[in-house]
Amino acid sequence: MGKARDAFLSGVVLLLGRRRTPPQPDAHLLPPAPKHTRAETVAIALLFIAALCAAAFPVVYFVGSIPAKTQYLGLSIGLALLFLAAALIVAAQSVIPTEELAHAYPPDEHEEDEEYVARLVEESGKGFTRRGLFKLGLVSAGGALGVAALVPAVSFGPLGVEEFYGTPWRKGRRLVDENDVPLRADDIDEKALYTAFPEGADKEEQGSAVVVVRLPRSSLKLSGQVEGYDADGIVAYSKLCTHAGCAISLYRAPLFAPEEPRPALVCPCHYSTFDPADGGSVTFGPAGRRLPMLPLAIDGKGELRARGNFDGPVGPSWWGVRERRPSP
Amino acid sequence: MIRKVVCYVDTRTGTAPFLRKALRYLFPDHWSFLLGEIALYAFIVLVATGVYLTFFFVDSRQDVVYHGPYAPLQGQHMSEAYRSVLDISMTVKAGLLIRQTHHWAANVFLAAVILHLFRVFFTGAYRKPRELTWLIGVTMLMLALLEAYIGYSMVDDLMSGMGLVIGYAVGLSIPFVGANLMGWLFHGPFPGGAVLIPRLYIAHVLIFPVLIAVLLTLHLVLVALRHHSQFRGRRQTERTVIGIPLYPGQTPRSLGLMLSVAGVLFLLGGLVQINPIWLWGPFHTYISTNGAQPDWYLGWLIGGLRLMPGFDVTIGHYTLIPGPFWGGALFPLVVFGFLYFWPYVERKLTGDVAFHNLLDRPRDNPRRTGIGVGMVTWVFLVFVAGSSDRVQVLFGLSYTGQIWFYRVAVLVLPVVAGLVAAWVCRQLVRGEQIEEDRRRAETEGRLELASRFDQA
Repeated sequence: MGKARDAFLSGVVLLLGRRRTPPQPDAHLLPPAPKHTRAETVAIALLFIAALCAAAFPVVYFVGSIPAKTQYLGLSIGLALLFLAAALIVAAQSVIPTEELAHAYPPDEHEEDEEYVARLVEESGKGFTRRGLFKLGLVSAGGALGVAALVPAVSFGPLGVEEFYGTPWRKGRRLVDENDVPLRADDIDEKALYTAFPEGADKEEQGSAVVVVRLPRSSLKLSGQVEGYDADGIVAYSKLCTHAGCAISLYRAPLFAPEEPRPALVCPCHYSTFDPADGGSVTFGPAGRRLPMLPLAIDGKGELRARGNFDGPVGPSWWGVRERRPSP
Repeated sequence: MIRKVVCYVDTRTGTAPFLRKALRYLFPDHWSFLLGEIALYAFIVLVATGVYLTFFFVDSRQDVVYHGPYAPLQGQHMSEAYRSVLDISMTVKAGLLIRQTHHWAANVFLAAVILHLFRVFFTGAYRKPRELTWLIGVTMLMLALLEAYIGYSMVDDLMSGMGLVIGYAVGLSIPFVGANLMGWLFHGPFPGGAVLIPRLYIAHVLIFPVLIAVLLTLHLVLVALRHHSQFRGRRQTERTVIGIPLYPGQTPRSLGLMLSVAGVLFLLGGLVQINPIWLWGPFHTYISTNGAQPDWYLGWLIGGLRLMPGFDVTIGHYTLIPGPFWGGALFPLVVFGFLYFWPYVERKLTGDVAFHNLLDRPRDNPRRTGIGVGMVTWVFLVFVAGSSDRVQVLFGLSYTGQIWFYRVAVLVLPVVAGLVAAWVCRQLVRGEQIEEDRRRAETEGRLELASRFDQA
């Protein structure tokens, strides 16, 4: 016990006692440090404050009754780091000698050594008599090995694009909502946007989701390939924007009249705007082609069914995509 | 004690001569030289916090139902990945602090990298013999942008998914190989296969960080081998570098800066909310939300996508180059192409093949400054255009009107800004010359007066 106390006391004395400067050799490496005893005191105080802040971290972490842990933990560790930083900077400014020195930049080049290396490499190849052929061999071996090393990466995924055209829509498939309840034509109101999926299909698949809206029949301008794609004024389009593939979740029913008199489907990512009355044609924004349309029918029970597949590929375009594609 | 350690190290490694040189390596002093250092320290915080997060993140798209403490999401279907990040934010003690600090560090990292790039560009620090340092730096910026994007994509919240599908569409638009490439990377068309999130994960925590760390090391080694560049001064010349030695002068200062950066990041992580993913909800391909914005460093790309009028290159019923290519792929390609080739373009224009250890002030080179300001204006305008939907909500300015304004402005204003910047540079230099002449004339006049006085 007495020994421990002695050790403790001598430790305290060593820590607190001002160190007597040991005898120094005459030539100093560094210029004399600026003599700011106050600064040293400040730096030491900052270090202890940093220690206190850091010590708060486990307290906040373990004491269950402390609320808002994220904030207090952040304060504790953040302030501890900042006080430590402050201590170091105070020491750097006022306790540790700061010199401004001049050095020569390294030489721009080492001509002798450059010459040596070049000659070394040149001379090492003197023994070859058919140098061209050897180089060809090297290139062949390296190239073939490189190709062989890359081939396993082909397993990452399919390289073909046929899958990109696929959608789960088929003739006669019922439209269901997110909870798999079939959509009834009578429940589709004007000025509202409905999202529907093919019954039994994977809802996450790109070709699954469609937007369904009801428009006055007189306002429809469906012609050409999409003629008659509506069912009693109800139209359905792929929900994925043909620009960058985001879901089209905004429906501007004519609330903006007279400035924007027509209903419009809008993608919130880059504001491509499509006209649901006109076969999903683009009226504003960066989309390059119209929305693929799904032909609809109303069955005997008043439920909505697909009369086939979309009239074009869903989602964003790619090199060589066929804009119009007959339904399978 | 110190002698013993030094002796041990030297006898085991023989590095005392190297240490002696390295400890006296000089750091020229200027505030703008600290920007790169800040980036380095933010990267260290990113690695440290990132390692912690890997112990909790689950890289799986497996569908699960949420039963955690956050009531609004209870009973919802989501991926295991998203649930694991909810758990990091809600149930792991100190998890939210580390996650938010990580996200803040990513923001500060990129901001520091970009400001550092501006500093290097506008002072001509990339000139011979430091071109390789510049090329590596530009490459790191590109990797860092991708790394950050992948980082918030793999969380699989609604914002992640919306960002990811846009990236997918941009990839898809690449001529000839886009669809094959994306199908290959995602394992089929979006949303891809079960392997997608594990792939994003390994890219985010291994491939990209290792690439960045290797390039970072190379970047610093190259800086040290050629020594820092410096501004011209009374003692600073092309042959002589003036600075504070690594030890003892620079070490506590740099450590202080590192701890300050880390301290500020942890304060931000603890006190300032960032990317509250529990508010976004899980991603489904058929869901999106209005008013979504990417993290700021990708704002220039969403701006590019929004500004570009719908323009697909088509032949008959076949699309060749889809619209997202222009704003999402070609635009950043042009910007990065400019950054990569600029040192060589400038050399061609000026015929300057000399060694440069002294930096230019921006005004010293009106052409470079003008072109740089033009480029920055161009990218910045596109960046601002990316937030025009929020401007409409906040200030009621018509979205379509704003887009048309920006479509014209991005063609006109960069040229104007570049010319104005170059003119300002020339005026500043001229002003300095006038000042100089005046001082010389005054001195001469005073001398002459004095000599006349003497004669009289």
